[in-house]
Amino acid sequence: MHILAFLIRRAVQALVVMFVISLIGFTIQSNLGDPLRELVGQSVSEAEREALRGEMGLKDPFAVQYARFLSKAVRGDLGTSYFFKRPALEVIADKFSATFELVIGATLIFVSLSVPAGIYCAINPQSWPARAIMSFSIIGISVPVFLTAIFLVWFFGVELGWLPAFGRGETLALPWGWETGFLTADGLAHLLLPSVTLSSIMLPLFIRLIRAEMMEAMGTEYVRFAQAKGLSPRRIRYVHAFRNTLLPVVTVGGLQIGTLIAYTILTETVFQWPGMGFLFLEAVNRVDTPLIIAYIIVVGLIFVIVNTIVDLIYTLINPMVKLPGARA
Amino acid sequence: MGYFRNIAIGCVLALAATGAAAQTVNFAYDADPVSLDPHEQLSGGTLQLSHMVYDPLVRWNKDLGFDPRLAESWERVDETTMRFHLRDGVSFHSGNPMTAQDVVWTIERLKSSPDFKGIFSGWVSAEAVDDLTVEIKTDGPSPLVLHTATYVFPMDSKFYEGRAEIVKHGDSFASQNVSGTGPFTITAREQGVRVEFTRNPEYWDTDSPGNVQKAILTPIKEAPTRVAALLAGDVDFIAPVPPTDLERIDADPNVDLVTMTGTRIITLQLNQERQPAFADARVRNAIMHAINNEGIVAKIMKGFGTTAAQMSPEGYLGHNPALTPRFDVARAQSLMEEAGYGDGLNVSMMCPNNRYVNDFKICEASAAMLAKIGIKVDLTTMPKAQYWPKFDERAADIMMIGWHSDTEDSANFYEFLAMTPNADTGRGQYNSGNYSNARVDELTLASLTETDTAKRAAMLQEVEQILYDEAAFVPFHWQDLAWAAKKNVKIEPILNVMNFPYIGDLVVE
Repeated sequence: MHILAFLIRRAVQALVVMFVISLIGFTIQSNLGDPLRELVGQSVSEAEREALRGEMGLKDPFAVQYARFLSKAVRGDLGTSYFFKRPALEVIADKFSATFELVIGATLIFVSLSVPAGIYCAINPQSWPARAIMSFSIIGISVPVFLTAIFLVWFFGVELGWLPAFGRGETLALPWGWETGFLTADGLAHLLLPSVTLSSIMLPLFIRLIRAEMMEAMGTEYVRFAQAKGLSPRRIRYVHAFRNTLLPVVTVGGLQIGTLIAYTILTETVFQWPGMGFLFLEAVNRVDTPLIIAYIIVVGLIFVIVNTIVDLIYTLINPMVKLPGARA
Repeated sequence: MGYFRNIAIGCVLALAATGAAAQTVNFAYDADPVSLDPHEQLSGGTLQLSHMVYDPLVRWNKDLGFDPRLAESWERVDETTMRFHLRDGVSFHSGNPMTAQDVVWTIERLKSSPDFKGIFSGWVSAEAVDDLTVEIKTDGPSPLVLHTATYVFPMDSKFYEGRAEIVKHGDSFASQNVSGTGPFTITAREQGVRVEFTRNPEYWDTDSPGNVQKAILTPIKEAPTRVAALLAGDVDFIAPVPPTDLERIDADPNVDLVTMTGTRIITLQLNQERQPAFADARVRNAIMHAINNEGIVAKIMKGFGTTAAQMSPEGYLGHNPALTPRFDVARAQSLMEEAGYGDGLNVSMMCPNNRYVNDFKICEASAAMLAKIGIKVDLTTMPKAQYWPKFDERAADIMMIGWHSDTEDSANFYEFLAMTPNADTGRGQYNSGNYSNARVDELTLASLTETDTAKRAAMLQEVEQILYDEAAFVPFHWQDLAWAAKKNVKIEPILNVMNFPYIGDLVVE
């Protein structure tokens, strides 16, 4: 019953988070700009715009507008996008697969590179490859992501002409309605540059984190005891020491999901990647308020879900960890 | 999900392998059309789409003259009546024949569209005399009937009948479905990602040299990515080309660059109500002399603009060739002293930072130039989404505005930017400076009912002269236009200053 109680608690938290976000979103929406300006041509008269504003309910008092939003939201309707003219949630759901695959692509890249690199640097801290990796990670952390993106496009897209410069390429429709770019050569080619760009934010951070944690673990008493006991260095490193570095790494990883989502906005914009991040930036430019609010609510939900998963992973890595809120 | 929602248009999709060379062209703009309804939003994107899927009665040619399209010929019956003779044997994508009824129906729909009704306000009636003749009556003698007719893209009234409502903020039949007479039909569309156009096999214009069988529009918002896509060979044709990449594209042996002087004027308005000093023509004149707009075009716009001293670009009736830029700091300084502001002045200024090419840089440069004559500018820049509400409030002493005349006629500039603001008539709606001159108002209104071209030109040019002499606003430049394409895509002949490429006539070698 521990897990069930934990999940119920989290579900309630998610609702509170989404409610608060929607309230904040609603409060700031008047500062986002005037949606009417984006909906009509420049020469349309103010009277005409005022009439449309009334028709759209934008002239109602805040409380009335928010109550209307809430009453629809409890039925799963977060409003209709001005630009797409379809329910905002549906629009976001359509773009979710693109963003999800980009995040997965980036995660695969940074995990598969940072784990070996981090361990290597911890074990041979003075070797020249380790020094090279560490200086590279300094550079990686300080270069802004849009610069990385534009450089990659210019070098691999324009100069060498090896990889496509924008878009998602050919996708395959899976039976349950998911569009995947992982199963076509064209889709993978399109995925490569954006994934590398996005992973470039996480890679240096994780190399340094794994290195530091690993070095600390290698100096602990139980590792020295294992060495004294005559266990093979391989077993000590990868089973005993590495497992204990995972806990902080997973914690930081969970927290970094937010950063990752924020950077999908930039990455997707540069690569014209048809995902949620690009959608959001466009919605801000077009003052598509229903879509903006729906996006931040969905992202809030993603945060809660990811952190729940991270908490569950804790218990797998270290059986001594108790789920927060669950009684022993 | 999205990819499945592609809207196949219910029409003759004889997609079959017509001809040996089935040319496909991939093109990228900075945005895709917001709706397939040609009357939903008056914007460049809508007009670009309209010229692909529909045909207008008449259309602009390169010399700002009119070419017959669905109207084969036209004649003035009397001062207030124009008769259009329609082309015979034209049919819509649905197969329905195009008749005078459709034209009348379309004009009535235009008159009910919030975005287009302003342009058509002078058209009091449209009547079908017979199946191929339409008679337009205007509320007075009108010199702009043909200008307005470029906005009439006949829609298939039988196809849309009963589901023709114009919805600005929700779903509608017309925003997702199309039946026009144009060179292309839409065979797939994922909004914000891709629009696929397929050539209309029954297209009436058999004289058109166009050989594009399939045209795929991809919106690419980021300018560097758009340029990279062209240079990498992913797309065949892009617009707009950012000024920073002009040289690079021009130097590339695989692509052609086409630039053109545009008709959008970029200006600053000086608010005489907020800032009493601006009510003094000498102060306004000093500002005119302090701002080096030629320098701004050369340095900030990298030559990608045409320095202006008036609103009307060359080719417009109101263009007054006598007016030239007047940068002269010493003169500006003495004008300030004359006006009693020798000690300087503090003013506020607001500019958008994502609306016009280099908008905020132009404002920063202007603020620096004004500082030299003792005008301290408190400059705020913001994205256009936040800017327009501020503009409506007239929230600063100096505000930036760019304007393109929807009618490609000078009077439109004065109606919106220079006439005395009047909430009832809507005149002067974008005159944030509150500039007011009775003669300007009188001449502008008179020009709207003057059908004698020579007399009309004299009136409009007099307006420009007055605005110049009174330093009514700060002119910067007309923004240039630029397109780029692979060498085998012959874009030059299909481009025009209105920025709606006639892709139906595009030849790909």
